[in-house]
Amino acid sequence: MEANDLIFKIILLFLVFIITLLVAMYSTYAERKVAAFIQDRIGPNRAGTFGLLQPLADGVKMFMKEDIIPLHANKALFVMGPSIAMTTACLTGVIIPWGGELNIGGKIYSLQITDLNIGVLYIFAMVAIGVYGIMLGGWASNNKYALLGSVRAASQMISYELAMALAITALILKTGTLSLRDIVAQQQGWHWNIFYQPLGFLIFLVCAFAETNRAPFDMPECESELIGGYHTEYSSMRLGFYLFAEYINMFISSAVLATLYFGGYHMPFISHLGLSANTVVMLGTLFFFIKIFLLIFFFMWVRWTIPRFRYDQLMKLGWKGLLPLAFINIFITGLVMILL
Amino acid sequence: MVFLFYLLTAIMLISALMVVFSRYPINSVIYLIICFLMVAGHYILLNAQFLAVVHIIVYTGAVMVLFLFVLMLLNLNAKIDTHRSVLIRIAAVVSGGLLFLVLVAALKGSLTAPLSGKFDSSIGLVKNLGMVLYKDFMLPFEMSSVLFLSAMVGALMLSKRQ
Repeated sequence: MEANDLIFKIILLFLVFIITLLVAMYSTYAERKVAAFIQDRIGPNRAGTFGLLQPLADGVKMFMKEDIIPLHANKALFVMGPSIAMTTACLTGVIIPWGGELNIGGKIYSLQITDLNIGVLYIFAMVAIGVYGIMLGGWASNNKYALLGSVRAASQMISYELAMALAITALILKTGTLSLRDIVAQQQGWHWNIFYQPLGFLIFLVCAFAETNRAPFDMPECESELIGGYHTEYSSMRLGFYLFAEYINMFISSAVLATLYFGGYHMPFISHLGLSANTVVMLGTLFFFIKIFLLIFFFMWVRWTIPRFRYDQLMKLGWKGLLPLAFINIFITGLVMILL
Repeated sequence: MVFLFYLLTAIMLISALMVVFSRYPINSVIYLIICFLMVAGHYILLNAQFLAVVHIIVYTGAVMVLFLFVLMLLNLNAKIDTHRSVLIRIAAVVSGGLLFLVLVAALKGSLTAPLSGKFDSSIGLVKNLGMVLYKDFMLPFEMSSVLFLSAMVGALMLSKRQ
C-alpha cells in the first residue's frame, strides 16, 4: 500500500468514526422530536434554535454527573461492559461501502475502508461480540433487574441471529458473493435487492429491531418491568455509553439495510444526468445517507407506534414465526434460481 | 508478521493458562473468550478469513454466550476453593502428563517432516473452501450436518421427557 492510500484510508477512518458519533448524537435529538411529533407535542426547544444544541447539553450533563460503581459489583467487568458495547458498535462501520470510487489526479480512491471478501459475516461476528457488552455489564452490576435484563438481551440476540443469518443466506444465494462492495455493485439502477428478496428483507428488518434492542423488542430495558434493565445500576457517562451504543447500532444497522437491500450508494437515473464521475460519487454518498436517515426515522416511527411485545411472544415470533419463514424464503430462492 | 504471530501466541497461551488457574468461573470464561479471539487472529495470519470469522461467530458468539448464560443463571459468583484429596491430585497430574506425552509424540514426527505438496495461501478464502467442502468432501460434510441434527433432536428429546 502506498503512502497516499494509507493517508486517505486513515482520513476516511476518522471521518467515518466522527460521522458515526455525530449521527448517533443527533439521533437522540431526532428521537425526541419524532416522539414529540407523533404525540402532538413540541419536543426539546430550549437549547439553541429548535433545540439543536440539546445533544451537547445532554452530553455535558452525562459527563458532569457522579459516576457510581455499586459496592458489590465486579468492578473490572462493570467498567468493561459499556466499553465493549461502544467498541463493537463502532467497529462495524469499517466494512460498509459509504460511496463509489473517487478519481483524484488519475488515482482511484475507494470510499470504503476495507472490502473483506467475507463482509456480511464480519457484521455477524461484531453483533455476536456486542452481546458481551450487555451481558457482562448486567451481570457485574449484581442487581436482579440488571441480571434479568442481560439474560433477556442475550437470549433475544441469539434467537434472532438465527433468522437474520438465514435471511441473509437467501440474499447471498441470489448475489453469489459475501463482499458488501460487490453486493452494492449488483444493485445498479432499479435492481435493488428488496424487489428480489421482499420476504428476506422483512425478516432481516424485524431481526434488526430485535438485535438493536429497539421497541417493540426492547424487553432487556423494559422500564415497566425491569426499571432500566441491564443498565439499571449505571450512571454518568457509562450509562451514556450504553445509550449511545444503541443509537450507533441503529445507525449501523440502517446502513447495512440500505447496503444490502436498497442499492447502497446507487441512485436510479443518475447516469442520464450527464454529470462528471466524481460528482456522481459524491451525490451517491449523499443519497446513501438519505436512505440511512429514512430508515432511522422508520426505526423511531415504529418505536412510538407499536406497543412492546411480551417476552414469550417475542420468543414465539422468533423461533416459530421468523425461523420457518426464513427457511421457506431460502427454499423459494433456491427453486427460482434453479428454474430461471 | 512474525512479531504478530508471537504476540498472538503469547496472549493466547497466557489467557489459556489463566482459564485453568483463575479462581472465579466468570474470569475463566472471559479468558477463554480472549483465547478464542487470538485463535481467530491466527487464522487471519494464515489468510483464512472465513475460518476466522466463523470461529468468532460460533465460539465467541454462541458457545461462550451459553457458558456465560449458565454462570449467570446458576449465579456462580463465588470463588471456588477446591479441596481434593492427595490421591486425586496425583491421578490428575499423572493422566495430564500422559496426555501431554501422547501429544508430543504425535507432533514430533510432523514437525521434522517436510511439507508435502505446495502450500496454497488462498485455500482459506471462502470460495476455495466452499469448492473443497462441496466438491471433494461432499459426503463427509453432509454426514456431519446430519450428525449435528441428530444431536439437536436428541437434546430436545431428553429435555421433553420430564
